Amino acid sequence: MSAALDARITEWRAHLDRARTVRTGEADELEAHLREQIDVLRDAGLDEDEAFLIAVKRLGAVDAISREFAVANSARMWKQLLPADEAAPASRRETGVTAAFALLAGVLVLVLELATPGGSLTVFPLIAPSLAIAVLAAWLLQRRGVGWRPWLAALGWILVPPAIAIAYPFGASSDALPLALIHLPVFAWFGAGIAYLGGRWRGRAMQFVRFSGEIAIYYLLIALGGGVLLTLLGGILQPLLPGSLAALMQWWAPPLAAGALVVAGWLVEAKQRVIENLAPVLAAVFTPLFAVATVVAAVVYGIGGLGGPFDRDLLLAFDLLLLLVTALGLYRLSARDPRRPVGVIDAAALVATLGSLALDLVELWSLATRIGDLGWTANRVAALGLNLLLVVVLVGAAILGIRMLVSRGTSAALERWHTAVLPAYAAWALIVALALPPVFGFR
Amino acid sequence: MRIDKDLVAAAATPLVLAILVEGPSYGYAILARVRELSGGELVFRDGMLYPLLHRLEELGRLRAEWGVSPDGRRRKYYEITPAGRRALEEQRSQWSAVTATFGRIWDLAADGGPTTAAAR
Repeated sequence: MSAALDARITEWRAHLDRARTVRTGEADELEAHLREQIDVLRDAGLDEDEAFLIAVKRLGAVDAISREFAVANSARMWKQLLPADEAAPASRRETGVTAAFALLAGVLVLVLELATPGGSLTVFPLIAPSLAIAVLAAWLLQRRGVGWRPWLAALGWILVPPAIAIAYPFGASSDALPLALIHLPVFAWFGAGIAYLGGRWRGRAMQFVRFSGEIAIYYLLIALGGGVLLTLLGGILQPLLPGSLAALMQWWAPPLAAGALVVAGWLVEAKQRVIENLAPVLAAVFTPLFAVATVVAAVVYGIGGLGGPFDRDLLLAFDLLLLLVTALGLYRLSARDPRRPVGVIDAAALVATLGSLALDLVELWSLATRIGDLGWTANRVAALGLNLLLVVVLVGAAILGIRMLVSRGTSAALERWHTAVLPAYAAWALIVALALPPVFGFR
Repeated sequence: MRIDKDLVAAAATPLVLAILVEGPSYGYAILARVRELSGGELVFRDGMLYPLLHRLEELGRLRAEWGVSPDGRRRKYYEITPAGRRALEEQRSQWSAVTATFGRIWDLAADGGPTTAAAR
């Protein structure tokens, strides 16, 4: 094959690569096909130019190909092309089952509300979120059609810790109780992961990360709508039924929130293709914004000095920002095609990682001073552990991110790192929820 | 005669599956086989075959693997799976029903069908 022909094929290939709907492996395959076709035409007596033109013509115009691949690659579209047997046979039954599970979650939470009127300040909030997550897990498990082992593992994981926690004699205004309230659902969520992956966690954690991010998006949307609806309803009923707004919020918001979790899970599964197209867009929009936010915060604290008044609320805000940045980075990875070469967004993600790392170090410094001055409390231990964990995660992510940008490699190593440390979050959540309260005398 | 593109699209899946029942093959050879079997009347544009193959692969009806041809060329070989065979079996009975139906109506038409139908 002559150099001129090779150059023309390369040019054609570059044109194809620019059509974003065709993946690299697929373009390889098309190129192999083109070369094969050219060889056959040459054997039939055509010259190089003729063979190339006819082969390209037979393969179809690049825009037509990329349109076809767009159809094939965004599975949502080709769902419409599937034979009827796959399209929606069980969808009605599925909707019914989902509705039943959502109802179950709501009813369970409502029953729990009614069963714990006096002690609702501790018992109810300790159990309710895990209960809702347990119903979501059960719904996922019945969809996966798995054996009894994953059921036992997931439900035990989710329900045993809150069952232990309600036996704790929490003090009235203890630090340990809010910590347990925050960390129990976090731990329980990993149980939902066991259910989501049908008990086979290894090597597939990224799928669960993606599920988590997507369910968060749907859940936020539902919560927003539900909140508006309840507020409006309460406001309208208020003149005739005084106190109805408060009653709605106190009695009906928790069961509805529990049911909404199952609905959000169902939306993720059923509308997979919609959100699959949305996720990379969201990640691409928010990654640079978070990068800017973390850098600004790091600079402000870098200039403003480290000894500032680091009270509990500021600490919480810091931790939330750091967790959000880390979660966004993780979610972005889950939505990223690992075969895609590195780009601007990867650089933005690295900036966000470095900014978070700086913030985290600022916070650790301040925490250490506080602990040195004022001694240990459950809150400070929880914050210290989380921040140490985040430092490790962020340092690893920064190193791998730099390496990825420098070597123009893939995101696979970064992905492995992030998924490898996932169990550490779960372990720390469990320690804070169950081990710290007794250590600090439930204060 | 050029077969209508909707008909080609409908026939493409069972045709590809049936060709792969003969043994594992790759894109170019599958197209050549289609051309050969249909006497050149059934034409699908080359670029359209691969999305179809990938769709069938994702549905678990085919398995794909990169291999190397005897002359050292990289090729992606496709092989039918048991699920693919079951799908083909299903499609085959449907197509048989369709062709049998056409066979009957055209036989009737050849016998002077409309008048017989009106007489009944």
